[in-house]
Amino acid sequence: MASITLNNLIKRYGAGKTANQVIHGVNAQIKDGEFIVIVGPSGCGKSTLLRMVAGLEEVSGGEIRIGGRVVNNLEPSERDIAMVFQNYALYPHMSVFDNMAYGLKIAKVPLEEIKIRVDKAAKILEIGPFLQRKPRELSGGQRQRVAMGRAIVRQPQVFLFDEPLSNLDAKLRAQTRLEIQKLHRELGITSLFVTHDQVEAMTLAQRMIVMNGGVMEQFGTPEEVYTRPASTFVASFIGSPPMNLLKDAPEAHSGIITGIRPEHLDITPHGWALKVEAVEMLGAERLVYGRWAHSATDEMVIIRTEESHAIPTVGSTIHVTPRADRIHHFDATTGKRLDI
Amino acid sequence: MLGAALRCGNASLSCAMVERNRFLSFLAHAVMILGVLIVAFPLYLAFVASTHTAQEIVQAPMPLLPGSHMWETYSKALIGGGAGAGSTAPVAHMMWVSLMSALIITFGKITISLMSAFAIVYFRFPFKGFFFWAIFITLMLPVEVRIGPTYKVVADLGMLNTYAGLTIPLIASATATFLFRQFFMSVPDELTEAARMDGASPMRFFIDILLPLSKTSIAALFVIQFIYGWNQYLWPLLATTSEDMYPVVVGIKMMVAGGDSQNEWNVVMATALLAMLPPSVVVILMQKWFVKGLVDTEK
Repeated sequence: MASITLNNLIKRYGAGKTANQVIHGVNAQIKDGEFIVIVGPSGCGKSTLLRMVAGLEEVSGGEIRIGGRVVNNLEPSERDIAMVFQNYALYPHMSVFDNMAYGLKIAKVPLEEIKIRVDKAAKILEIGPFLQRKPRELSGGQRQRVAMGRAIVRQPQVFLFDEPLSNLDAKLRAQTRLEIQKLHRELGITSLFVTHDQVEAMTLAQRMIVMNGGVMEQFGTPEEVYTRPASTFVASFIGSPPMNLLKDAPEAHSGIITGIRPEHLDITPHGWALKVEAVEMLGAERLVYGRWAHSATDEMVIIRTEESHAIPTVGSTIHVTPRADRIHHFDATTGKRLDI
Repeated sequence: MLGAALRCGNASLSCAMVERNRFLSFLAHAVMILGVLIVAFPLYLAFVASTHTAQEIVQAPMPLLPGSHMWETYSKALIGGGAGAGSTAPVAHMMWVSLMSALIITFGKITISLMSAFAIVYFRFPFKGFFFWAIFITLMLPVEVRIGPTYKVVADLGMLNTYAGLTIPLIASATATFLFRQFFMSVPDELTEAARMDGASPMRFFIDILLPLSKTSIAALFVIQFIYGWNQYLWPLLATTSEDMYPVVVGIKMMVAGGDSQNEWNVVMATALLAMLPPSVVVILMQKWFVKGLVDTEK
């Protein structure tokens, strides 16, 4: 087990004037045994960041430390890490046992020891009965377990997960999520987990890194990211439906964006006047879409109410009041959070 | 019918049309049978000729039913020492020479192409693009074009009448290199990365992962290259001058003396049929692998 330090990490492809910089100086201190999720839309550089830690991409600038040791120029196998790939990357011609044992065989671990470790991992992951099968004879979920098994048997300092759940169906994904959590509790190994799915990020992370355009927008616990988003990007990326980012709210100051989550707007007899445009029923709750009654802009406000409320009719005017302690302010030009 | 129906999956429209029309189905079979007859008749004639004595087959009309001298002719061919005007060297030895050179060419080609494709796909080195194109361009140069300089080199190195002389000039293969290159490029990058994470060195990755994955392509290539090596004619004709280094294909030519001299056509035919045997055996035995190698990719 080890801590990870990312020190002003930069990645660029090409050189000179044509260079294309994709990671713009990421700084992060990851504590020993932490489960960190890196989340962001596609193309934000989250996979690149992970692959740099893995040693699969060269570092263009800055420093990566694992357990205090600078690993910039070490081969992946020398970094004492293990990775679970999106498509699992199991060796198709090898049995499950051989797939898991391959790295250990190369490291010249004695066969007895290999057997003990593989059996132990197989027991944890409940893949014991499949050890002699080939990957193609397994289901997606089973392959996923084998890929995790291959990482576990190496007893690494750090686990790296590159969207390992994206090839599973929704039910299996939820189940595997719980298992990864359980695994992390049992083994306590520092983990970096990349995903584009905010639910995965919120449920798995002890702390999460929100990436956008090669920049780390926020690094904090899911709680912090949700309650105190550092920028308009984080505010709109985390939470579904996304936070209302309002320029034309009544009593708004120019140059300041008011942010309020749909679940923190209450329908009240008085308050901000909205014309109801559409109502969506989601089971336990309801989404109300409205536009400002006082302004001609087409800014949309979403309100999330409980089922028990009376249904506003489309076209009618309603009044909403934001919960005072849940209002966020952002700078309109930089998008950064303002604490007023 | 069931097979046809199953195979129709992808092209159900055209299949349905063929299946519904009996006349078309009849016509298709008639054309195929005719084709088989046209291809098979000369072979049958060669077989018939090899079962008669030399006198019997030069009479007109030539007999069209097998005679009773089969074993006699074949043993004369295999052991040698017939009474023909041309070469009477033993065919058994020629077949051995053919087999050895075909195998050396095949394994040599597969080994070299695997390694060069591996280098081209997985390594970054200076002038990589140039080397790839250099290999690719040789695809367009048949052996015949460079046969003069090749002969000069081989002769100066004293490799005439040796297995080395017979095989080395034929080993480099752009086609096979290209085929393996295409295959390696279709292997997912993640597999390479997983092997790197596991600590496999490049050669280890090549041997433990790439080779087992390419085994069907290797099998397909083995069939093609074995037949290519076995059927070499022009090059061995130049590179060998002594009877004990003739491959069988050249041997057949040497048996036939020119002019009006009397050839033992029955022995020549027997040799021709014997020369066809090993490639046929390879094709029949490896048919399954061959098709697999060309059609599916086990990934």
